[in-house]
Amino acid sequence: MNTAPIIKPDYNDDIVKLFTLATVLWGIAGLAVGLLIALQMAFPALNIEPYLTFGRLRPLHTSAVIFAFGGNALFGTSYYVVQRTCGVRLWNDKLSLFTFFGYQFFILMAGLGYLFGITQGKEYAEPEWYADWWLTIVWVSYLLIFMMTLIKRKEPHIYVANWFYLSFIVTVAVLHLGNNIDIPICAVCAKSYPVFSGVQSAMIQWWYGHNAVGFFLTAGFLGMMYYFIPKQADRPVYSYRLSIVHFWSLIFIYIWAGPHHLHYTALPDWAQTLGMTFSIMLWMPSWGGMINGLMTLSGAWHKLREDPILRFMVIALAFYGMSTFEGPLLSIKSVNSLSHYTDWTIGHVHAGALGWNGFITFGALYYLVPRLWGRKQLYSLRLVNAHLWIATIGIVLYITAMWVSGIMQGLMWRSYDPMGFLQYSFIETVSAMHPFYIIRALGGVLYLSGALIMAYNFWRTIRGDVNLKEHAPQLQEAAI
Amino acid sequence: MSILDKHKKLERNSLLLLGCAILVVLVGGIIEIIPLFRKETTIEPVMNIRPYTPLELTGFNIYVREGCYLCHSQQIRPLRDEVARYGHYSLAAESMYDHPFQWGSKRTGPDLARVGGKYSDEWHVSHLKNPRDLVPESIMPTYSFLARNGADLRFIESSMRTLRMEGVPYTDEMLENAEKDALNQATGDERGNTDGLHERYKNVTARDFDGNSNLISEMDALVAYLQTLGTMVDFEAGKNVEDSAP
Repeated sequence: MNTAPIIKPDYNDDIVKLFTLATVLWGIAGLAVGLLIALQMAFPALNIEPYLTFGRLRPLHTSAVIFAFGGNALFGTSYYVVQRTCGVRLWNDKLSLFTFFGYQFFILMAGLGYLFGITQGKEYAEPEWYADWWLTIVWVSYLLIFMMTLIKRKEPHIYVANWFYLSFIVTVAVLHLGNNIDIPICAVCAKSYPVFSGVQSAMIQWWYGHNAVGFFLTAGFLGMMYYFIPKQADRPVYSYRLSIVHFWSLIFIYIWAGPHHLHYTALPDWAQTLGMTFSIMLWMPSWGGMINGLMTLSGAWHKLREDPILRFMVIALAFYGMSTFEGPLLSIKSVNSLSHYTDWTIGHVHAGALGWNGFITFGALYYLVPRLWGRKQLYSLRLVNAHLWIATIGIVLYITAMWVSGIMQGLMWRSYDPMGFLQYSFIETVSAMHPFYIIRALGGVLYLSGALIMAYNFWRTIRGDVNLKEHAPQLQEAAI
Repeated sequence: MSILDKHKKLERNSLLLLGCAILVVLVGGIIEIIPLFRKETTIEPVMNIRPYTPLELTGFNIYVREGCYLCHSQQIRPLRDEVARYGHYSLAAESMYDHPFQWGSKRTGPDLARVGGKYSDEWHVSHLKNPRDLVPESIMPTYSFLARNGADLRFIESSMRTLRMEGVPYTDEMLENAEKDALNQATGDERGNTDGLHERYKNVTARDFDGNSNLISEMDALVAYLQTLGTMVDFEAGKNVEDSAP
């Protein structure tokens, strides 16, 4: 994909190392909080008022996994990829170091705030105005670093992974600024009120919210996919044309899909219909990306037999394909009338988050860690494989539990008895979900265990350990 | 192939690529969002919708702070079962003073858009302190600390002033009397004077919501807010109009 230069430029890998470590740490923290709130839904006694209630911890979980785990992964991999594909060192060491510490400071500031009830009250945009301003400074620095590195590149073409990273960085900036227009109640008060209210507030929030998924969790991670899959498979990207078509159609269409979060609400009907139409159209560019990724393995499928890292990446694409099929399905108004407000949505999000975002990140991390720390190989590939299967079973338990509980609850809400009255009281539907909440938490335990195995594997790899049993079985046989 | 050849230009010019990406991304948002600001078509005017009183606004802030919207929606859809379960479907005007909107996206607990007046104050206080005392299968967290915490009224006036800047029609008089109105609403006529409050806000209920006359608590504020949800529009009065429509 890139013409290998004879003399390697002096890449800035220290910054990538920092983001890599932060990704692993925040990943484990975010998953642990997720497990805690999953257990709270099965066992409400685990809510400890006032600081550790579900209402305050849920934003902590979503922010930690999306912005802390996902964000650090995107920072780290984009800094790694842009250097390799441009053949130059990352622009401005000091500013890139600032983006690292600045971003971690943002996460701490936002996360601790939630525990004390400091929130704007908008999903995935909970940080208050002062944290928003701080993030703006960090994010503009990020955009500047990325652009300057592109500008001084040695390669004539900008590689496709960088198109995706660039569109992710700039669109997230636009969304962040658009959705966080608010006025603090006083200069030293944490509390602010968003300028928009009611219908406008809802539309702008879901324009933001859906595209946080579209650009943070999709475009950015496709950037990751476009570098690490060809590298790990040692094959060029399947189709250049498909990259172009699906890139532009993806970023154009995604933006329109927000109103599907507001079906049958007080949002004007025309906006709902537009949102639904574009959501269905979005299926095609999404699968364009999946196909381009999967077909990159043409002629290299046999590698899946011995390479668990590649397996992570391929399963990630499978989950990407599945959740981007499910998404358009859920956006159809008649389906949405059943699924909305239920756990089906939660299951859908986690198929994408755990399967696609999680697995493509794990794959990239397994690729990066030995290279960044100058080790010949990972400590153990068997542990990578163990991580893979434990996490996969975890996801399957999670999403099947949520499908069943979501569809069941949706159907119970609209059940009538023969007399024409509603058949179930609300609380009966809550009780019915209890077993599924336990299964979901079990899925979470497995997924978290997988991440802990990965962290252990990285710790041993960075220390320079090699699992002798795996890497030199002949030695062991001789010893016996 | 010619279009693909032209794409090479974009691939070789990072600023052009950045510019085009921004343009492509802006289109959808502009088309979907800008028309909504013609409020006369987005929000049909409805009689009797008023801004929150200072005490209710304090309750709204607590509702946001505790993340209630993460488990409770405030948006009844025009579907047969929802209207049967929760009441008349939600109107755009009913959330026009909510900064931000509290429609929610998940019903782990029931919708609250019309919870006002459905239960007594005592029920709400007891339920918030420990939901399982009243609903054994409930999975809601306990919020007994609300009854112990005094409601923070220090910034209520500046809160209302901020909201006025954002379009909520609070008058000068409402701002000046913000703290007093909050205190009077939470004590009621027995120990306070609610005449001014009733003059400034239509259809207000003023009483000791949490049953503890020694403290204007966060519980007072939250229950006052919950009891007003969905009660502002008089749907009975609208019925004749709907029935006579062709």
